[in-house]
Amino acid sequence: MLATSNALRLHVESALAGRVASPFRFQEPQPITASAGIAAVDQLAGGLPRGCLTEVFGGISSGITSLLHTALAARTANAEACALVDARDSFDPGCAQSAGVSLQQLLWVRCRNVDQALRSVDLLLHGGGFSLVAVDLSGAPARLVRQIPLSFWFRLRRTVENTSTILLVLSRESNAKTCASLVLRMEREAAHWSLQDRQYPSRDFHTPASLLDGWTTTAEMIRSKARRKNNVAVIGRAKTFANQDAETTRFDLRSNHFLSVDSSGSAWPLPSQHTVIPSLPAHAGEATEGSDLVGRNLSSTLAPAKTPRDTSVATQENHLENERTQNFG
Amino acid sequence: MSPVALFGAIYVPNFILQAIGRCEPELRTQPLAIIDGQPPTYQVVALNRLAEILGVARGMTKAAVTQFVQVTIRSRCRVREEAAHAALLDVAWSITPRVEDATPDTLLIDISGLATLFGNAHAIACEIASRASTFGMNVHVAISTNVETARIVARALPGPTVVPEGEERRFLETLPVSMLSPSQELADIFDRWGVATCKALASLPVLALSECVGQEGIRLQAIASGKGAHPLLLAEPAQHFEEWFELDEAVDDLEALSFLLGRLLEQLGARLSARALSIAAVQVNFELQPAFDHAFDNSRELLRVKPSARTFFCSLELPVPTRDSKLLLKLLRLRLQSRPPDAPIQNIHMAALSSLARVTQGSLFVPTAPDPDKLELTIARIASVVGEGNIGSPQLLDSHRPDAFHMQKFSIAATDVNASRSAAKRFANNNLQNSSHHHSTAEAPAMALHVFRPPVPARVRLQGNKPVFASFQGCSGKVVQASGPWRSSGQWWEDQPWQEDAWDLEIVFSGESSARHSFSGYSNKPNIRHSERSEESLLHDNSNKREIPRRFAPRNDGQSASSHSCFYRFVYNGLQEKWFVRGVYD
Repeated sequence: MLATSNALRLHVESALAGRVASPFRFQEPQPITASAGIAAVDQLAGGLPRGCLTEVFGGISSGITSLLHTALAARTANAEACALVDARDSFDPGCAQSAGVSLQQLLWVRCRNVDQALRSVDLLLHGGGFSLVAVDLSGAPARLVRQIPLSFWFRLRRTVENTSTILLVLSRESNAKTCASLVLRMEREAAHWSLQDRQYPSRDFHTPASLLDGWTTTAEMIRSKARRKNNVAVIGRAKTFANQDAETTRFDLRSNHFLSVDSSGSAWPLPSQHTVIPSLPAHAGEATEGSDLVGRNLSSTLAPAKTPRDTSVATQENHLENERTQNFG
Repeated sequence: MSPVALFGAIYVPNFILQAIGRCEPELRTQPLAIIDGQPPTYQVVALNRLAEILGVARGMTKAAVTQFVQVTIRSRCRVREEAAHAALLDVAWSITPRVEDATPDTLLIDISGLATLFGNAHAIACEIASRASTFGMNVHVAISTNVETARIVARALPGPTVVPEGEERRFLETLPVSMLSPSQELADIFDRWGVATCKALASLPVLALSECVGQEGIRLQAIASGKGAHPLLLAEPAQHFEEWFELDEAVDDLEALSFLLGRLLEQLGARLSARALSIAAVQVNFELQPAFDHAFDNSRELLRVKPSARTFFCSLELPVPTRDSKLLLKLLRLRLQSRPPDAPIQNIHMAALSSLARVTQGSLFVPTAPDPDKLELTIARIASVVGEGNIGSPQLLDSHRPDAFHMQKFSIAATDVNASRSAAKRFANNNLQNSSHHHSTAEAPAMALHVFRPPVPARVRLQGNKPVFASFQGCSGKVVQASGPWRSSGQWWEDQPWQEDAWDLEIVFSGESSARHSFSGYSNKPNIRHSERSEESLLHDNSNKREIPRRFAPRNDGQSASSHSCFYRFVYNGLQEKWFVRGVYD
């Protein structure tokens, strides 16, 4: 029987030679991917695969939340509906809007514990229709996240299969194991501070001594279903960055303190590292002057620029703030 | 030649009984008697054929009817009759907009010109009877060129009846004069004259009849001759749909209540479907069982027992109109599960706000979105897990106060159509070009803040007004870089002022030893709150209390000291004079 089947197999392979490379090998179709919002990550992993579970993990200040915001911004920019299951209610809507997330198209589930988050994501995936469902477990205790049974991750993977939904899981450690089609490990490298050489001024001037401009983050592709050949089999093993290969990429995260988008959509320039007090556009100074963000003893300051929503409210508060400044002398 | 006007009449025989049977279909197969009147003199006002066979008759007292064990007794329900009448009107409006609301059990309609839609007159009559049966009512339908003839024939003859033009008198001649609904005085006069049928009345001389009984007699004679007519007084189509259900015994079980709610929703859905409308919102008013309000006033006062509410209101607003009664029932169940009434339910009043049915046009390039009906159900289910206010779409408030936002209802329909179309074009272009070439922003992405809610209390040591050492949740570290203070304040003219200095700190944590660092040189009072609950308890914690586990500081896993540094946002609350950690840049 075995000989017959082998002969038949050889016969079929020889008949299809030249047309089909390996007729008896099951070839999974390549998943359709979507942009993660960061060019370096897209080049590294080919984007976030649809219909698959993507896991992004990293320590504190590693940039996983920033990646979440960019992914949400990229999806909502295409008028796609997204959902965020927030296990510890740690999402910052203001920060997300600054990153470009359209909050109207974001369903935010604010959970108080891991159990609520798991039940919510299960319901969301069964409801279907979302382009991106993100589960942020990074704020939850790592021990509790580790206790999530593997069968649940398999369940999520099966639920999201054959759909156009991107399931993005953020955590401090890798937990989904083989259920994840793409696993990215993120780690922070050097931070960028400007105005470091400046001596800290007196409180009267109320000018910051230094500015946090951002930092460089390294993303390492631990597992990728789409790129099996270069796959690293060991999950969670910290690689030394001396051995840089094609599965690691670096990108910068910038501070959004100085970012403000005007009506034309162009961003204000970041302050130069050698500039003591960065120059702000004239309209920015007008909007900031006398507002609540200005210190009481200060006439001009390096206060964070106001976002578009802030500028609209400055008029009434300016009047009140001016009065208060006079009262304080 | 002008087309002949055609009128129809819809009559519900035994209307009181059918109004009850419409809400409780199982009673149709049982002997049923409806009683009405002032207590204790209840009398039978309606009964079905099965009860009649057993010997029950109209006018019997309740005490007499209770002797018949097999007979089910129900009190007359006016609100159900109103609902049945409204449903009957909806049946008529589903056929033609020209409807006269003659009596609670009779409607007159103008069906001229409907032949192209439904066929001949008989087909129209059958269609009306069929639609009425879907509403749980058995009706008589008569069609004639004379509206009064149609009304009388419908009351007299069962089933769909078509009176051919010119044969109205032949159809009416055998009918008794009482079918014309004469006044009591005229009925007595006709009785004395021996005029019993319409044929006898029609054959009376007109002048003599006018001299004896006046114009009313002439009008009745014209009707009996098949010549009486009057213009239709058209009723205005209602946009508000209501259904009632009165219970003999109060219901305190959700399963039983779901059964009743489902029945009401099906009735409302059928009525709106007949009018080509959909349900935009459902409002349910539950009348609760009284809880001895008057008998125990004194004891309640002594015991300080809060009196129970007499009514319980439940509202359901849908993002898009729907007719799916099962979906509405699930939403109502979830709403009642999350916020149940505090007493058994005695009566149910359900109202539906109507809207035009949703018309959707699919497109190849519009991104996929959740089905609005399904999404509403999903959100309701998740809301029952996380709470009503913890799901939705965040909307930033017009304020400088940190973390100022509120949750609004998430709705796919709320997105701007034009924005969606332009985005759809971008989506299509991006996909058509190459799916592997993703459009990414050229500039560096912004770093995000991982917020701690509520902010974590911290202790900070200052040196020249600059933070140099920080401690929170049992971990402490040296501040290697600090950016700040970013001072802000506001609403000092109101009840909830705020004033704070924000700092961006890069902290290098130094492990366990630093936790025992002396805090003698710190500028503010120690304010560390430790979580007393274990982490395991948080996994299944459904309470509203938010404890702060020790999770925000990095673990000491043996890595280099530089890898321990993290970026935090610290704030100094100027009103409380305390330091807090608002979040970590992540």
